[in-house]
Amino acid sequence: MRATKGYPQFTDLTCLSPSCRVSHGIAGTLLGEMALCAKKRPPEEERRARANDREYNEKFQYASNCIKTSKYNILTFLPVNLFEQFQEVANTYFLFLLILQLIPQISSLSWFTTIVPLVLVLTITAVKDATDDYFRHKSDNQVNNRQSQVLINGTLQQEQWMNVCVGDIIKLENNQFVAADLLLLSSSEPHGLCYIETAELDGETNMKVRQAIPVTSELGDISKLAKFDGEVICEPPNNKLDKFSGTLYWKENKFPLSNQNMLLRGCVLRNTEWCFGLVIFAGPDTKLMQNSGRTKFKRTSIDRLMNTLVLWIFGFLACMGVILAIGNAIWEHEVGTHFQVYLPWDEAVDSAFFSGFLSFWSYIIILNTVVPISLYVSVEVIRLGHSYFINWDKKMFCMKKRTPAEARTTTLNEELGQVEYIFSDKTGTLTQNIMVFNKCSINGHSYGDVFDVLGQKAELGERPEPIDFSFNPLADKKFLFWDPSLLESVKIGNPHTHEFFRLLSLCHTVMSEEKNEGELYYKAQSPDEGALVTAARNFGFVFRSRTPKTITVHEMGTAITYQLLAILDFNNIRKRMSVIVRNPEGKIRLYCKGADTILLDRLHHSNQELLNTTTDHLNEYAGEGLRTLVLAYKDLDEEYYEEWAERRLRASLAQDSREDRLASVYEEVESDMMLLGATAIEDKLQQGVPETIALLTLANIKIWVLTGDKQETAVNIGYSCKMLTDDMTEVFIVTGHTVLEVREELRKAREKMMDSSRTVGNGFTYQEKLCSSRLTSVLEAVAGEYALVINGHSLAHALEADMELEFLETACACKAVICCRVTPLQKAQVVELVKKYKKAVTLAIGDGANDVSMIKTAHIGVGISGQEGIQAVLASDYSFSQFKFLQRLLLVHGRWSYLRMCKFLCYFFYKNFAFTMVHFWFGFFCGFSAQTVYDQYFITLYNIVYTSLPVLAMGVFDQDVPEQRSMEYPKLYEPGQLNLLFNKREFFICIAQGIYTSVLMFFIPYGVFAEATRDDGTQLADYQSFAVTVATSLVIVVSMQIGLDTGYWTAINHFFIWGSLAVYFAILFAMHSKGLFDMFPNQFRFVGNAQNTLAQPTVWLTIVLTTVVCIMPVVAFRFLKLNLKPDLSDTVRYTQLVRKKQKAQHRCMRRVGRTGSRRSGYAFSHQEGFGELIMSGKNMRLSSLALSSFTARSSSSWIESLRRKKSDSASSPSGGADKPLKG
Amino acid sequence: MAMNYNAKDEVDGGPPGAPGGAAKNRRPDNTAFKQQRLPAWQPILTAGTVLPTFFIIGLIFIPIGIGIFVTSNNIREIEIDYTGTEPSSPCNKCLSPDVTPCICTINFTLEQSFEGNVFMYYGLSNFYQNHRRYVKSRDDSQLNGDPSALLNPSKECEPYRRNEDKPIAPCGAIANSMFNDTLELFLISNDSAPYAIPLKKKGIAWWTDKNVKFRNPPGGENLEERFKGTTKPVNWLKPVYLLDSEKDNNGFINEDFIVWMRTAALPTFRKLYRLIERTEDLHPTLPAGRYYLNITYNYPVHSFDGRKRMILSTISWMGGKNPFLGIAYITIGSISFLLGVVLLVINHKYRNSGNTADITI
Repeated sequence: MRATKGYPQFTDLTCLSPSCRVSHGIAGTLLGEMALCAKKRPPEEERRARANDREYNEKFQYASNCIKTSKYNILTFLPVNLFEQFQEVANTYFLFLLILQLIPQISSLSWFTTIVPLVLVLTITAVKDATDDYFRHKSDNQVNNRQSQVLINGTLQQEQWMNVCVGDIIKLENNQFVAADLLLLSSSEPHGLCYIETAELDGETNMKVRQAIPVTSELGDISKLAKFDGEVICEPPNNKLDKFSGTLYWKENKFPLSNQNMLLRGCVLRNTEWCFGLVIFAGPDTKLMQNSGRTKFKRTSIDRLMNTLVLWIFGFLACMGVILAIGNAIWEHEVGTHFQVYLPWDEAVDSAFFSGFLSFWSYIIILNTVVPISLYVSVEVIRLGHSYFINWDKKMFCMKKRTPAEARTTTLNEELGQVEYIFSDKTGTLTQNIMVFNKCSINGHSYGDVFDVLGQKAELGERPEPIDFSFNPLADKKFLFWDPSLLESVKIGNPHTHEFFRLLSLCHTVMSEEKNEGELYYKAQSPDEGALVTAARNFGFVFRSRTPKTITVHEMGTAITYQLLAILDFNNIRKRMSVIVRNPEGKIRLYCKGADTILLDRLHHSNQELLNTTTDHLNEYAGEGLRTLVLAYKDLDEEYYEEWAERRLRASLAQDSREDRLASVYEEVESDMMLLGATAIEDKLQQGVPETIALLTLANIKIWVLTGDKQETAVNIGYSCKMLTDDMTEVFIVTGHTVLEVREELRKAREKMMDSSRTVGNGFTYQEKLCSSRLTSVLEAVAGEYALVINGHSLAHALEADMELEFLETACACKAVICCRVTPLQKAQVVELVKKYKKAVTLAIGDGANDVSMIKTAHIGVGISGQEGIQAVLASDYSFSQFKFLQRLLLVHGRWSYLRMCKFLCYFFYKNFAFTMVHFWFGFFCGFSAQTVYDQYFITLYNIVYTSLPVLAMGVFDQDVPEQRSMEYPKLYEPGQLNLLFNKREFFICIAQGIYTSVLMFFIPYGVFAEATRDDGTQLADYQSFAVTVATSLVIVVSMQIGLDTGYWTAINHFFIWGSLAVYFAILFAMHSKGLFDMFPNQFRFVGNAQNTLAQPTVWLTIVLTTVVCIMPVVAFRFLKLNLKPDLSDTVRYTQLVRKKQKAQHRCMRRVGRTGSRRSGYAFSHQEGFGELIMSGKNMRLSSLALSSFTARSSSSWIESLRRKKSDSASSPSGGADKPLKG
Repeated sequence: MAMNYNAKDEVDGGPPGAPGGAAKNRRPDNTAFKQQRLPAWQPILTAGTVLPTFFIIGLIFIPIGIGIFVTSNNIREIEIDYTGTEPSSPCNKCLSPDVTPCICTINFTLEQSFEGNVFMYYGLSNFYQNHRRYVKSRDDSQLNGDPSALLNPSKECEPYRRNEDKPIAPCGAIANSMFNDTLELFLISNDSAPYAIPLKKKGIAWWTDKNVKFRNPPGGENLEERFKGTTKPVNWLKPVYLLDSEKDNNGFINEDFIVWMRTAALPTFRKLYRLIERTEDLHPTLPAGRYYLNITYNYPVHSFDGRKRMILSTISWMGGKNPFLGIAYITIGSISFLLGVVLLVINHKYRNSGNTADITI
C-alpha cells in the first residue's frame, strides 16, 4: 500500500467512548488538533515568502513544517484528558452524583457505588486515549524526522522535515514525498516539467504534470538557485486543492503563479530525476493539512433515540424524586415530627419541607441507576464486538487483494441494519474499472463468442482454455481471449483483420514504456484504449513506441515505423478520434474510431451491406452490456493531405473560434470512410454485483447510482448490473438544460407513473399540488417498475430549492435512479436531499476521491479498499474491497447488529427499571427516607458484575436466524428499516415490564415477610434478610429474563449467565462472611446474613414465587405472539426447527434476457488534449540534449527503450531480435 | 442464494497459500468464534415446551400452596395489643409519663392449647426502624467490641454519639430506642395461685449475631470496667452492662439488645422476646385456659400513633403463621394451570395459520 510508505497508518484502535472517534490513517492522524502546534496568529491576509531569506521570512512567524497531531504530553495528559472526559454529559452527571453523595444529609448511598463505575469508565477511556496519542506521537515523530535536502547558504544540507521553513528551497528526488507545499522552480525534465502522483491528496492515481514557470525553470544548478531571491506573494493558507493564485516578484518583473506550478505536500514525485521547489506553505498551513478537517461525528438513529429516552428517563427520575420528596415532606410533617422521640431530625433540618428537599436529592442518587453509566460503556463494547466481527469476517475478505473488511468506526454498526437508500459510485465500485476486449466484428464477421463442444454458446465458468498467444513474445500474459478463429484469421493474413488490428495499434494516445526488452507497459489515458491496444498487441500488432512524429509497431514480428502526420483528437462532441499516418510505403491513411452513432453516418456509401451486418453485431454486443466502438479508415492522396494539412494549420492558428474551425476541418477529412468493423469492450463488473443489487432490492433497499460517467456508460452499466431491466415499464431520462425543461420532464414522468397506477379521470388535479403529502403517498404506491436517469446539468436544476422536492418524489417512486455526469458536490447534495426529506438511513459507497463528499454526508459511508487511492477509505466508516460484500455487511452484520442492539437496549432498560423502582415502592414504607432496599454492595455490583456480562454476551453474540437465512429471506431486513425492534413503543413496553417486575419484587416479599417468622421463631422480616431476599429474587428473575431473551445460547452465553448467578452467590457469601466483617465491621454489616436467610424455606418459596410471577406472563405473551402473529424471523426459526425444507419459497434471481434494446455508447472515458501533447512532444524527452543527459542514467523508463529502439531501427531497419512470424 | 454466495466466495479464493507472511496475517482466522459460527442452542417457545411448563407449574404450585396453607392454619397464634390508648385498657394509665414504674396487667384466654415450642414476641406498629437515618445510626465497630470505637463512636451515631462529653455505648438512635418493656406471662389456674410461665431469654438471637457481630469490649473480668469511660444511651434507664445478670447475656451480647439491633424491614414488625420451651411431660406447652400478661410499661409509642403487641405463636417447618404464601401459591398455580389451558386452546385453534404459515417474501 502506498499509504504505508508515506504517512504511517495506525492500527485500528477502537474507541470506547463516543467522543473519541478519530478517523484513522492520514486524515485522522494529521488533522484537527495540529492547531495546538502553531501559535495563535491573526488571520493571514496574504503570504509573502522570499527565497533564501530566512531572516525576512521569520518576521511573519509562519508555521513551521513541524506537524503535531498528538493531543497530550506526559504532564498535560491527566488534566487535559480528564477535562475532555468530563465534557461528556454522562461523566459530568456521575460526577455530580458523586458530589451529592458526599453531603452527609443527602447521601443515601456510599460514595463508592458511584465512584467505582465512574473510575472504571474514566480509566478505560484514558488508557485508550493514551495509547492513541502514543501512536500519534510516534507517527508525528516519524514524519517530522524525515530527511529532505535544503539549500542553505548555497549548499544542499540534509534537514529534518520539521526544520524546513517557508522560503527555503528544497530538492526533491524521484519517488520522494513532497515535504511541504512548494512552488516548483526547476526540474530535471525539459521545460521544467515534473510528474507527480496525487493519490494521497485526491485519490487519483494517474500522474499529473506540473510545470515551473519559464524564468525559474532555467535555475538548474545550485549556484543559480542560491542566488535566487524572488519573492512570492500569494493567497493565505486554504484548503482548495486545485486552486492557487500568487505572484512571483523577481528582478523587477511579475510572474503570475497558478496551481500548475505547485507541488503539494502529500504528493509523490514520479518519473522525474529531481526538482527544486520553494516552500510556500509549511506544516499545518499546507493544503493537505488544511483539508484534513475533523471528520464529522456520526450518530446512529438508535443513538439519538437513546439520548432522547435517557432525557425522558431523567424527567421520569425527577418526577419520582418530586413525588417521593413530597411524600417525605408530608411524612416528616405527619409522622416524623412525632417520631422524633426515637429519631430526631438532623441538626441542619429544621422543617419537613427542607427534609423533603434533601430527600429529593437523596432519591436522585439512589434512583440514578435507571440510567447507569454502564449503559454507555456496554453499548460501546457491543459495537466494538460487532466491529471486530466485521473485521474478522472471512466471507468479506478479498483473497485477490488480500484485504479484509474493516469497520473503521465502531459507532454505526446497528445502523447498518436500517439502511433504506444506497448511493453507489459506478467506476471502481460497481465496475472494476477494467476494460476487457471481449468481442469484435471484422468485415461482417463476428468474433469472440465462445462455443463449447456441442456448439452452444458457453456460459461463464464452463469455458474452455483461452487461446494461446505464445507465438508472440510481446504478448501480454494477462490478456485472455477464447475464440480461436480470430487468431486463425490473423495468422492466415486476412487483410481486413490485419487492417483492423493495425488501426487499433495506431489510432490511440497510449504511451508505451519498455522497462526491459519485451516487457512492454502501456500507459493509457482511459482503460478502454488500453484494452484495445493490448488486444492488438496480443494479436500480433504490437504498439511498441512512439515519438511525436512516428509510431513504431511490431506487425507480426516485424518492426514498422509509421510516420504520424496528425492526431485528430477526441472530444465530447466529436465522439471519435483519428490519426493520419504515412506507412513505410509512403501511403497516407486516416484511421478513425468512434461511437457508432457518429461514425456510421460518415461511411462511404459502398459500405451499406457491411454496415447492416455490423449494425446487427453492434446491437448484439450492446444487448450484452458491452461498450462498442466502430472502426473505419480512409485513404488519402498526397495532394489532398497537403492541402488539408495547410488548412488545418491555418485553423489551428486562427485567433477566433479556433475550436470550431478545427472541428470543421476534421469533419471534412473524416468522411466517406471505409468501415472496418467494430469492437466490443466489457466494462467488467465487480464480482457478484447483479446478484447483490437484486438481493438488496428484495430487501427493500433502493439503490441509486451516482456517477461522473457519461449517460450512455451509466445506463449501460445499469443494464448489465440488472438495476435496469428490459421489462421495466419505462425508463425516464431527464436531460433538460434549463429549469423549465427539467421541470417539464419530471412532471411528465410523474404523470406517466400516476396514469398507470390510477384510473383515468382524476389524474390532473393532483399534479399541481406537488408538495402535498398526498401526492407523495400516491407516488409511493406507484405500480409498475420505473427508472429514472438524470444527468448532471439537469440535476443541478433539480437540486434547486424549489424543485428538489419534486425531484425527490419522482426519484423515490422509481425503482432505480441513475445520476450521471455528476460532480462530487452533487453527489453529496443528492444524499443530503434524501437525508433531509426521507428520514431514512442512507449509505454511500464509493472508491474514489470524488466520492468522499458523499461518503461523509451519508449516514454510513463505505469505501472500496484495495484500490490505489485511499481517500474514500479514509473518509469512510466501513471499507472492503468488493461491492458484493455490501450484502453481507447489511443483511448479515447490519441486521444482527441492529437486532442485538435493540434486544440489548430493551433488556437493559428493563433490568434497571426492575432494579431501581423497588426503591420507589419501598419509599412508601420507610418514611420516604431514601433508604435503599438492597445492600450498598449489591447496588454497586448489580450493573457492573451481576447483570452485565449476560446482556453483553447477548448483545455481542445473539442471532435470530443463521446468516444463510438472512440472505435467503431478504425481507428479514425490513424490521430494521421500519424501526420495529426498538422504538418508543418498545421502550415503554420494556419500562412497563420493568416496573411490573419491580412491583412484584417488592410486594411479594412484603406480603410474605410482613408477619412471618423464621423456622427458629426469630424475626424474618429484618431489613437485611429482606434485602437479601429481594436482591436474590431480582438476580434470578433478570437472569431468567435474559435467558428468555437470548436466542442463541453459545457456550459463552451459558458461561456468563450461569457464571453471573454463581458469582452473585459467591460474592454474597463473601460479603457476608466473618472475615470481611472482622476487618471492616462498619462496611460489612450484613455479616452472617446470607447463610441465615438463604437457609429459610420461606425465603426460597418467596424467590420461586416471585420468579414465576414475573416470568410467566412474559412467556405467555411471547408464546401467543409466536402463535398468532409470528414475525418472519420467528417463522424462519420455527421452520428451521422442524427442519422443513423450504423449497418452493426459495427465491431465485430473475434471469434477465439478453436480448435488449440497443445501448451502444461511445466508450472513451478519457480527456481531450492528449493528442496535442503527443504531437508537441512535450511529454517526451527526445531532444538530443535530453537524450545525452539520459545515457548515464540506469533508469528503466520508457524513454530508455525508445532510445534504444531508435538506434536499433537506424542500424537495421527491418532487423531486430524478433523474427517475423507468418502463420 | 446463500449457497451461491458461498460457492462464489470460494472460487474467488485465489491461489491458496500465497506468499507474504504479513499479507497472510490479514486473512481473518477461520474460527467458529470469529466467524460467528459457535455451536449454539436456539430455544424457541413452542407449544411442546411452553404448555407443559405451565401445567407443571400449576401442578407443583397448587399442592405446595395447599400444604403451606394448611401448615399455616395449624399454627396457633394470639396477639394482644397492650398500647393502652383506649380508655378501657388496663394500660391506659401508663400513657402518662408521670407513672413510673407503671405496671399493668391484661387478661386473656387461650381457646386452644399451644403445643411444642411457643414463641413470645413483642410487636410494634408504625415504628420506622427502616428509616434511612435510623438504619445507619449505629457503629458496628463499637458493637463488635473495638476499644477505640467504644470511646470514639462513629459520626453516624449523631446525635446519640456523646452525652455530656462521654461517648455513648452503645451509640446511635437504634440502641437509644431499644424496647424496654418487661412482659411476664401467668397462667391462671382455678385451684392454685397464678403460675408464672417460664420464659427463656437466651437463644432468641442469630448465632452469628451473638458470636460474631456483637462482642463486648475486651478488658478485665468486670463488665463495668470494660465499659469504663462511656455513658449509657440517653433513653436507657440503666447502663449496657446492667442489661442482664447473666454474664454471657450482658453488655453488647445481651440477646434482647441484639434482637433490637437487627432492624426491621417494615414499619410494622414483631421481634422475638422470649421462648417458652416445650415441656417434657405430656402437657401442652401452653394449655388452653385463662392467662394474664404482666407488663412493665416503659416504652412510649402513643406519641407517634404506634402500637405495641404481645404475640404468642407456635411455629412449623416454614416458620410462623403465613397465610399469604399459601394463598399466593394456590392462586399462581391455578392461574398457571388456567393459562396453560387457554394457551392450549389458542394453540389448537390457530396453529395452522401460525407456525406452518408460508414464508412470504
